[in-house]
Amino acid sequence: MKLLWFHLMPHTRLPEDFAEKHSSVWVDIDPGLLDPAFAHELYNEFMDELEDAAELGFDGICVNEHHQNGYGLMPSPNLIAGALARRTRDAALVVMGNSLALYNPPLRVAEEFAMLDCISGGRLVAGFPVGTPMDTCYAYGQNPSQLRERYREAHDLIVRAWQAPEPFTWNGRYNKLRYVNPWPRPIQRPHPPIWIPGGGSVETWQWCVEADYVYANLSYYGHKLAAETLKGYWQEVAEQGREPNPYRAGFLQFVGVAESREEAIDLYREPAEYFYGRCLHVHPRWATPPGYATEATLRSRIESQVSKVANANSDARRQATRKPSMEEIVERGYVMVGSPDEVAEQLRAVATELNVGHLMLLMHFGNMDRQLTRYNSELFATRVLPQVHSLFDDQWEDRWWPQPIAPEARATPRSIAR
Amino acid sequence: MNAPLERHLELPGGRQARVWEKGHGPTLGYLGGLVGLPRWPDFLERLSAEHRVVAPSLPGSFGAEHFRDLDDVPDWVSAALDLLEAAELVGANLVGASLGATLAAEVAAFAHASVGRLVLIAPFGLFDSEDPVRDLWAVQKREWNALVSSEPDNLAAFLSPPGAVDELEWEIQRTRSQEACARLLWPTGDLGIAKRLHRIQAPTLLLWGELDQVVPASYAGRFARGIGDNAKTGIIDGAGHTAELDRPQHVAQAIVDFLH
Repeated sequence: MKLLWFHLMPHTRLPEDFAEKHSSVWVDIDPGLLDPAFAHELYNEFMDELEDAAELGFDGICVNEHHQNGYGLMPSPNLIAGALARRTRDAALVVMGNSLALYNPPLRVAEEFAMLDCISGGRLVAGFPVGTPMDTCYAYGQNPSQLRERYREAHDLIVRAWQAPEPFTWNGRYNKLRYVNPWPRPIQRPHPPIWIPGGGSVETWQWCVEADYVYANLSYYGHKLAAETLKGYWQEVAEQGREPNPYRAGFLQFVGVAESREEAIDLYREPAEYFYGRCLHVHPRWATPPGYATEATLRSRIESQVSKVANANSDARRQATRKPSMEEIVERGYVMVGSPDEVAEQLRAVATELNVGHLMLLMHFGNMDRQLTRYNSELFATRVLPQVHSLFDDQWEDRWWPQPIAPEARATPRSIAR
Repeated sequence: MNAPLERHLELPGGRQARVWEKGHGPTLGYLGGLVGLPRWPDFLERLSAEHRVVAPSLPGSFGAEHFRDLDDVPDWVSAALDLLEAAELVGANLVGASLGATLAAEVAAFAHASVGRLVLIAPFGLFDSEDPVRDLWAVQKREWNALVSSEPDNLAAFLSPPGAVDELEWEIQRTRSQEACARLLWPTGDLGIAKRLHRIQAPTLLLWGELDQVVPASYAGRFARGIGDNAKTGIIDGAGHTAELDRPQHVAQAIVDFLH
């Protein structure tokens, strides 16, 4: 099993009455709430934490893209990944990812990801999310009725550009480019592994299986809700006659480790309640631009099993906006807590039940400070990770993991050599 | 109120459109608004007393499923011209509301022989940052009717599924018609029509709901100035963006007076 350390980079000083006094954490959040000088501190602290995670032995470090968002200060994950590529040696750089339709031309993603792959010596995982309605349709003004078509065209263009042995012309519906020839191409051939973050959309499952990409279920609502979604995904894998290799899937989980469960609840209460009480306060007016969900998804939401997941997710969201207590957060499985042995046992059970080989761990959440983050990550790396790391490896090969050039052939940045 | 006659057009690009028709007299075309025509509305009933009212469905609205091949203003104008030609409305007087008014104005600008007299009820297309058009799709569903209409209960009834219809399919159709509007209008800035308004040669009446919270009534003057001396404006007291549904009698009367 691969264990990845994921940073959302949340603002850690949203006011206590944020949910009461402010309309939304996303899109129209009050710019006065974040002093750029404090952002300077946060970025440097958060990037230290990602570097720490790589040093501590996590298999990969993950960043993602959000816009105008108080819990995700990374409009450009590629900037962060560029710095991390120079400060880490072996960890996979998992950019989850670039919302393809937001880049004009989307060739920009082919170029920047190829640069990241070259700088890091072939350690990149290329995440291709459609992007949330808040990011794409409202913050970036993309037409919800065209978003998925633009996304798919961008995907086709990027994947071809990475592999083309010579320049080619792209006369797409949305992109017209006479001379497609990104320099450099990525190190990894035919291209870096592609992971698709997604929710409960049947079409996304079908596409991931057909294209042989990793489907990554990135929800903030933990393993209990993810179970239904992943069940649907694995059904699709079976229907298409593919092997149930757990490395076809990824899944996000908040984790808080301490010497005991009681201590963990005590230590992580404030940051967890901060996250679920303030960071997810998104005004519902940003939720459903017409056309963002396809008609097929609308139908299945209403009619099928998936609807229960979607409804459960929105129920969870509603519950979350009611400021859940730490007890509720733990009970619902949003945050997994315990001693190292207890967490290892829970993770092994969840990974086995969900059949997920790529576990993305949120070990910094909410307003957690540097010290507690370090404590959580270190305990996990030294006492949980060794207990679960070998899960699946006797049975399955991870065909979706980066294939870097050999360590001895890799350049050593001065920052690491010191 | 008797139901209108219904027929279906086969259009270029594999599109189809429902056409509702009622009344006798001079032909009057109608292009529906933000919510399309889920029902035959009172104000068309009133107009049909003196006109042969012909209302073809715009792409994506009730009675015309396909629209996702339309990417930009020229695509939509081309589709609207196809529709007017197939419905034999070329050269006839034309009324448009909201989205329909936007397309009626574009058609009149691009191809001015296509329309006789023109009535535009609260078209989109211009944008003044000092007096911005509202973002229709950044409101919660439950607030939507009260935003677009001064008579939200009437609008809710107008949009509710008729008895025999499958509710799921009705909801999908309503969402689809919203998506079609969004496909042309998103993210609700200007559509470039300011550069073309001078090309509208048809005698034009701009009607606006006094209480329009979507495209403020001040836009009547902006459109009229852009079109020139052949344009005049009328404000409908007490009406919102869906003026033709909020105050059917006044809107119908203003149209009849203008066409006489």
